[in-house]
Amino acid sequence: MHNHVLKDLKTTAAKFPDKPAFCGEKSVLTFRQLDRAVDRIGTFILSEGIRKSPIVVYMEKSPEEVACFFGIIRAGSYYVPIDAEMPSVRIHLILENVKAPLLICDDATAEAAKELGFEGRIVHYLEIFGQKLSDDGASGDSAFSGDIYENVDINEAELEEVFSRSIDTDPLYIVFTSGSTGVPKGVVGCHRAVNDYIDQLSEVLGFSSETVFGNQTPLYLDACFKELFPTIRFGATTYFVPKTLFMQPLKLVQYLNEHEINTVCWVVSALTIISIFGTFKTEIPKYLKTIAFGSEVFPLKQFRMWRQALPEATFTNLYGPTEGTGMCCYYRVDREFEDGEAIPIGRPFDNTDIILLSDEDQEVTKESGEQGEICIRGTSLTLGYMNNPEKTAEAFTLNPLQKGWPELIYRTGDIGRYNERGELMFVSRKDFQIKHMGHRIELGEIEVNAQMIEGITGAACVYDKMKGKIVLFFSGSKEEAEMKVLLKDSLPRYMVPNVTRKLERIPLTSNGKTDRVALSGMI
Amino acid sequence: MDELIEILQEIHPDVDYETATDLVDGKILDSFDIISLVSEIADRFDVVISAEHMIPENFNSAKALWNLIQKLEDDE
Repeated sequence: MHNHVLKDLKTTAAKFPDKPAFCGEKSVLTFRQLDRAVDRIGTFILSEGIRKSPIVVYMEKSPEEVACFFGIIRAGSYYVPIDAEMPSVRIHLILENVKAPLLICDDATAEAAKELGFEGRIVHYLEIFGQKLSDDGASGDSAFSGDIYENVDINEAELEEVFSRSIDTDPLYIVFTSGSTGVPKGVVGCHRAVNDYIDQLSEVLGFSSETVFGNQTPLYLDACFKELFPTIRFGATTYFVPKTLFMQPLKLVQYLNEHEINTVCWVVSALTIISIFGTFKTEIPKYLKTIAFGSEVFPLKQFRMWRQALPEATFTNLYGPTEGTGMCCYYRVDREFEDGEAIPIGRPFDNTDIILLSDEDQEVTKESGEQGEICIRGTSLTLGYMNNPEKTAEAFTLNPLQKGWPELIYRTGDIGRYNERGELMFVSRKDFQIKHMGHRIELGEIEVNAQMIEGITGAACVYDKMKGKIVLFFSGSKEEAEMKVLLKDSLPRYMVPNVTRKLERIPLTSNGKTDRVALSGMI
Repeated sequence: MDELIEILQEIHPDVDYETATDLVDGKILDSFDIISLVSEIADRFDVVISAEHMIPENFNSAKALWNLIQKLEDDE
C-alpha cells in the first residue's frame, strides 16, 4: 500500500466531481478540475525529463497554485513555494539554495520571474495547459475558465509508474523559515510525516466532507497543510480568505457567513482583529464550529470574547515547529482561565512523543515541574534543512536518552514545563527567535541584514513583547527612518523593524557581547 | 493632522502621505499596519475606532483618516 499524500485525490474526485475544492478570489477549482490539473502538471514535468527535483512555484495565492503543488508531487518531485511579496534578495537566497530546473509562474508574477536571473526553465501555468500567451508573457482575458482542464494530454501510465515507485520518506516540499545567520533555512518534508500529521490533526479537530475551511495562512509555509491536505482527503472545501479582509473585521465576518465557513485554523492576531474592534456586537460568525489557533499567546480578554460569542464552538490551541511538519501538540480548551494564566500547549498528538531535556541532556520529568527544552520524537519529523548539514546536525540530533540505535529527535529551542495538571506549557525561547504577528522570526536575521547596509557599524534587535514591536538599535551613518526603508529591500514585510533607534554605539557586556538587558531597558 | 502624519511616517517613512490616496488599495498599508495604526490613534487622540469604521475608504489617505478621527471626536 502506498503512503502517498495524494492517495485519496482520485477517489475524492470520483465521489465529489463537481464540488468546489479550492475557492480563490478570482477562480475556483472543483475536485474533477483539480484532479485533471494535477495529472496534467505531473505529465508536463515528466515530459520535461525532470525526476525527483525541487520545482519552484512563484504564483499568487490561488487554487491554481495548489494544483501546481500537487502536480509537482504527482510527478515525484517536490515544490518550493516563493511569494510575490518576498523581497528579491530573499528569493535569490532561496533559488541559490535549491537550484531548481523549473519555475512555474502566473500572470501576477510572469514579469518579475524574468528578472530573477533564474537558470532553469520558466513556464507560465497556462502554457502547461496549452494556452497561448500574448507577447508580454501574460494571458489574455480568456484565462482561467474551467474548459482548459478538458482535453488535456495526460500520460497516465507514466504517472502511475512514478506513483508505484514512490516511498513515504521521499520529499514533497521545501518551505523556508527565518535563519539567524541571515540566510533562510529550507525545511524538507516527506509523505509519511505529512500523512501522519493530517491523520492526527483531522481526528483532533474532527474534519469531514462537511468541513468548510476559511484559510488565512500563506501558502509558502507549512501552516496551510491544515487545509490543503484534509480538503483532498475528505472532499472538504477551502476558501482562501482575501488578505484585504483582515483589515476589515466586519466584512471578514460577513465573508465567513456568506460562505458558511465552519472551520478556521488561524494565527491569533487574525482572530483578535475581529474581537478587538467589537465586531461581535454587529455580526457573529455563526457557522463557525471549530476554531484552532496557535503561533502566539492568545490574550485572555480577547479569548473570552470569542468564547462568549460562540459558546458552542470548540477552541483548540495548536503548537509545533515547521521542522515537525506543522503542529505536534494540542490543547482543547475545556475550562476557564484566570487573568495572567496562559493557555497550555497541552499534549502531543498520538504517534508523536515530546521529551523535555535539561541543559545537561537529562530528562525533565512531568512530576518535577522543572523547565526543559521541548524535543520532538516520531514520524512527524521532517528530513532536515536543504543543503545545510551544519544547521541540520545542530537541531536534528540523536536522542541522548536512548543510545541503543540511532534515533533522531528535533530540538525546538523552545523551553517548556508541565503544569500541575500534567499539561505542557510554553515558557520561553532558548535563543533570539520570536513570534511576531504569527510569523517565526530570528532577530539575528534582521541584525545581519542591518549590518550589511553600507555605513552601519553595529546593529542589535530586541522584541518589545508588551507592544508587539520589533525594535532595531543601530549605530552608523544612516538615519532612523532611512534604515526602515533600506531594510524593506532585503527583509519580508513582517520582519522589517517597527521601531529603529540610532545610538552612538551598541552597549556591550563585560565579555564583549551585545548587552540585550541594557537594550531592553531602553525600549 | 501633523500628529497623524507623524504616526503614519513611523510605519512607512518612505511614503508621501500628503499626496497618497491609495494607501490600502495600493497595498502600502497591510492589515498589521492598520492594526498598529488604529491602536496608536486610540492612544494619542482618545477616540475609539470600531469594526464599522474599518473600511478601506477611511484609510486610503491621511486626509480621509483625519476626517474619521474628527468625526469620532465630534461624536463624543
